[in-house]
Amino acid sequence: MAANPASNDIAGAPGSARRLNIGGMPSPPNALLFAALVLVTIVEAASLYTIAVLRDALLQSGVASWLVSALAGFLILASILIALPLTRAFMRWREVRRAVASNDVVAARAARSEAQSCGWVVMGYVFAQFIAVLFAQFLLANNQAVAKTFFFVPLMVETFPLVLKAFWINVEIFTVTEVLVLVWGLVVALAMLAPGTAGKPLRVIAATYVDIFRAIPAVLMIYLVGFGVPLTGVPLLKDFSLITFVIGALTLTVGAYVAEIYRAGILSIHWSQAAAARSLGLSYIQTLRYVIVPQGVRQIIPPLLNEFIALQKDTALVSVVGVVDSFNQSMLIATNHYNLSVVTTVAILFIAISIPQSRFVERMMQRDRARLRASG
Amino acid sequence: MAFIEIRDISKSYRDVPVINRLSMSVEEHEVVSIIGPSGSGKSTLLRCINGLEAINHGEILIHGDRITGAGVDVNALRRDIGIVFQGYNLFPHMTVLGNITLAPIKVLKLSKTAAEDRAMTLLARFGLAEKAKEYPDRLSGGQQQRVAIVRALAMDPMVLLLDEITSALDPELVSEVLSIVRNLADEGMTMLLATHEMGFAREVSTKVCFLCDGSVYEEGPPEQIFGEPMRERTRTFLRSIRDARRI
Repeated sequence: MAANPASNDIAGAPGSARRLNIGGMPSPPNALLFAALVLVTIVEAASLYTIAVLRDALLQSGVASWLVSALAGFLILASILIALPLTRAFMRWREVRRAVASNDVVAARAARSEAQSCGWVVMGYVFAQFIAVLFAQFLLANNQAVAKTFFFVPLMVETFPLVLKAFWINVEIFTVTEVLVLVWGLVVALAMLAPGTAGKPLRVIAATYVDIFRAIPAVLMIYLVGFGVPLTGVPLLKDFSLITFVIGALTLTVGAYVAEIYRAGILSIHWSQAAAARSLGLSYIQTLRYVIVPQGVRQIIPPLLNEFIALQKDTALVSVVGVVDSFNQSMLIATNHYNLSVVTTVAILFIAISIPQSRFVERMMQRDRARLRASG
Repeated sequence: MAFIEIRDISKSYRDVPVINRLSMSVEEHEVVSIIGPSGSGKSTLLRCINGLEAINHGEILIHGDRITGAGVDVNALRRDIGIVFQGYNLFPHMTVLGNITLAPIKVLKLSKTAAEDRAMTLLARFGLAEKAKEYPDRLSGGQQQRVAIVRALAMDPMVLLLDEITSALDPELVSEVLSIVRNLADEGMTMLLATHEMGFAREVSTKVCFLCDGSVYEEGPPEQIFGEPMRERTRTFLRSIRDARRI
């Protein structure tokens, strides 16, 4: 072709001998749809059986019968929804056969592709419903022992005020620790980055601190500080409250992690920013204060918030030294009633405060990415 | 004695020599273009004058005062020596106005209003007044570089060092930046510019230094360096630049 540019024998041009190799007349996706049909039947049967068991259990436990019937009806309707994409798939399957019969390759391909994707949609729904059924069966197993042990609603409702009050201790501990850690972490990070020969001892001390406190489990620190410091009888220190001790222990542990996060953020700022600031006559400290740290902090907000979520959960560890936080309170109630549902309440409380924060971090990261794209 | 005296300086990164026994002098109100192949030490020379890099040997004097080595307050020195970088290096978390007023407020201890008045005057002079409240990432490369020049000028420097300030720009944005430099040259600002814009260097400079392997290989007035270079490697370098232009 290159030898004869005047030639109009180009691929794709009318009359060209070359064609794209896209195969012949398609066949309907029989195997896929048959498999989908079988799976839907099995899972639907399992769903109906589970709904029946659930209905019996609810009636036995004295829930109003109209409410049980309404719930069962709703669940049955919901469980049938997986059949919808299946019927769509079969309609497409018939279209494939019709198009094959009339020898229409394009229509047959289009219908087959739709039938196939409907088939896979069915598979996905079936899988999800199967998991849901398994979970429901687990809860109902052994005469609903699981549900009663972990989700005994009357006890949960009754003890909720007590647990919520104890949860405020957790909130107090993590809020104070977060504030302290923000300052302490930055101090340690700046010490780790102290410049020159004069800064070397500071760098060594800060790095040693971070190494040691990242290695010690938080629960051990809480135990050592919470029980140990009062034993030492050191004046001033020994008079603080137990909560102060656990806040101190958590600050020391989490501070090491947060210092590393700060340090990574500061180091992620390109050296040319420091060069520009220094070239304008700003001192080392001013450069950190006005140019490097503000930019670094922006970068580290997502990892910092993740660290905070981890810290919030770690506040449950303070029960080892006898602080009556929500976990400790729930364990007391659980022992009295020989039932763990109250601990589930605590889990739900932690979930309730953690999920909004996680979503917030995600949205913030998305916004940052969007801003970067817009400027790029 | 010249305004800036560079005496026999050397600088190496670890064992790699970048500047090798380089001497040159710059008079007040001179515009000196520093040209040369990449790796010849142009940027490093400017960074040494500004104190961003410490030199290993030799000394640099301004008005007879030594500005290198021990006992020099580099922070004070940098107030009077402005530098503009190839990559603009604006602070992305500050507005244009914030970028320009940061050093005057924090270093020169000007009041916020005084610093902003001065910044606005400079911005207006270079046609950037309406960009004062924008963040750098909303500006074109040419506008960012002009802001970077204004940021350096806001410190009222005695010397301005320009480090390949048009190399990162799209071709159509080069002229708006160069016109500022021409403007400053006309006002008598002492400038050293490392550049690849040979036509501009020829037009604006009072002296051209050709750097090669970390020292001044040939220097002279622009007509001589660009018109009839005396030495072999200067000729080769300028010929290769001209050949590249022709394509």
